[in-house]
Formats: sequence, structure tokens, C-alpha cells
Amino acid sequence: MSDKLVFRFDVQGDDFTSAGQASVQVKKNLRQLGFDTDTIKRVSIAMYEGEINMVIHAGGGIAEVSVCEEYIEIVLEDKGPGIADIDKAMQAGYSTAPDSIRSLGFGAGMGLPNMKKNSDSMEITSEVGVGTRIVMRVNI
Amino acid sequence: MKISKLQELLGAKVITGEENLDKEVYSAFGCDLMSDVLACVTDQAVLLTGLVNPQVIRTALMMDMVCIIFVRSKVPNDEMIALAKENGIVMMNTDKTLYNTCGILYSNGLVGTSEVAK
Repeated sequence: MSDKLVFRFDVQGDDFTSAGQASVQVKKNLRQLGFDTDTIKRVSIAMYEGEINMVIHAGGGIAEVSVCEEYIEIVLEDKGPGIADIDKAMQAGYSTAPDSIRSLGFGAGMGLPNMKKNSDSMEITSEVGVGTRIVMRVNI
Repeated sequence: MKISKLQELLGAKVITGEENLDKEVYSAFGCDLMSDVLACVTDQAVLLTGLVNPQVIRTALMMDMVCIIFVRSKVPNDEMIALAKENGIVMMNTDKTLYNTCGILYSNGLVGTSEVAK
């Protein structure tokens, strides 16, 4: 993994209108690198859902996308409130997002399940009051 | 179905992407919940929605959707227009409701995305 390519983004948490900018950029970068559309789409959806989550729940964070030989890895790290019950959070339809977010088209409790669906592996580590770290891999 | 045909059927006003009206779309998805769009949609689809914010454009970009139609004459803001232009997305609006918009397109042969996925 000596030559892996890394894209790093500060995801701002104070402004919902900018949420998703990093994912749009990653999609462009992957397209320029010549990846197939299915791989690009899976990475884009997984990251976009995660990026939106960081803005909604955690006041932003860091997103890092690494292009490795056999997979693309997305790491999302925040210093938000943490996830108290990860199993519950993984259930489709379960959400703690406020109504204001629902009126913007998100917060339906579909984000984490969709991230899992679009990645080949996903690991969540989270501590309440400390933050959350999610590592997803999409095989190339 | 060509995007220009959608425009004609709905009497829609083109806001951006005039140069791409000849592009083909094969299916449509109508909703205000972007999470559902992210969970369901296949390629070359058109998004029908009453939701107006930049995430609508970004969601469409993530899903490789080429056309967005806002119902009930909703008007995108400058940020959305810039984002759509930059990415060649056709944005239109129609005075019809979401239900009627879907009905018109469906009855003219544009199927829902799940039917394409099958």
C-alpha cells in the first residue's frame, strides 16, 4: 500500500446547505481516475450518506478516502455525541434526527443501512460523548 | 424517452441544461425524501420532487440522474442553479402536483425505477 492516493476533507457541520460537497468532489476524482461507474456509485452513495450524517448529528468531522490496490477505503471521523446503540442505529427506519432535518429530505433512518449495502465491509466504533469513527471499504 | 418529451408532456419550464434536452431517460422516481432516492434509483433516471435545496442536486449527482423536475412551480435558488449548470443536469419546473406529474409520465410510457431494476 505504499502508493495509495488519499483525499482528505474537513466536513463543516454548521451549514447544512454545503453538506455533500466532499462526496461530489470524491466522485469527480474517482471518475478522473477511470474507475467503473458501479464502483464510483457505491463509494459515492456510502460516503454521501456518511457525510450527511456527520453534518446532521456530529457538527461535522473529517472524511478521508484512500484509493488502495484492491479497495477504496472511506474513513469518517467525528467528535460528535457518539452512537449509544449501534445495532439499533443500523435498523432501517430508526432515526434520532430532528424534524428540521426531515423537512430537508433526510433523517429517515436509512443512512447507515444504505452505507452498509453499498460497501463490502463497514466497521463502526463509537463512544458516547467522544465521537464516532466509521471505516468502509469498497472492493475494486 | 427524451428529456424534451418530458418537457412537452408537462408543459415544463427549462431552468438549466438546455443543451442536454436530447438526452434519454429510462425511468423516473418521485419523492421528497432524498434517503429513498439514494436507496432505490438506477441509472439514467429523472427525479421528480417538491423538495428544493442543494442536496437534491447532490443526491441526483450521486445517483447519476440526468434530469430533475420540480413540481408545483418550485424554483431552485442560485446555488442550486450553479451546481446543476456545472454538472450538466437538466432542471425544469412544472405547475403540476407530484402525483399528476408522475401519472402523466407513467401513462406515456416512462416507468418507475424499480421496474427497470427488475
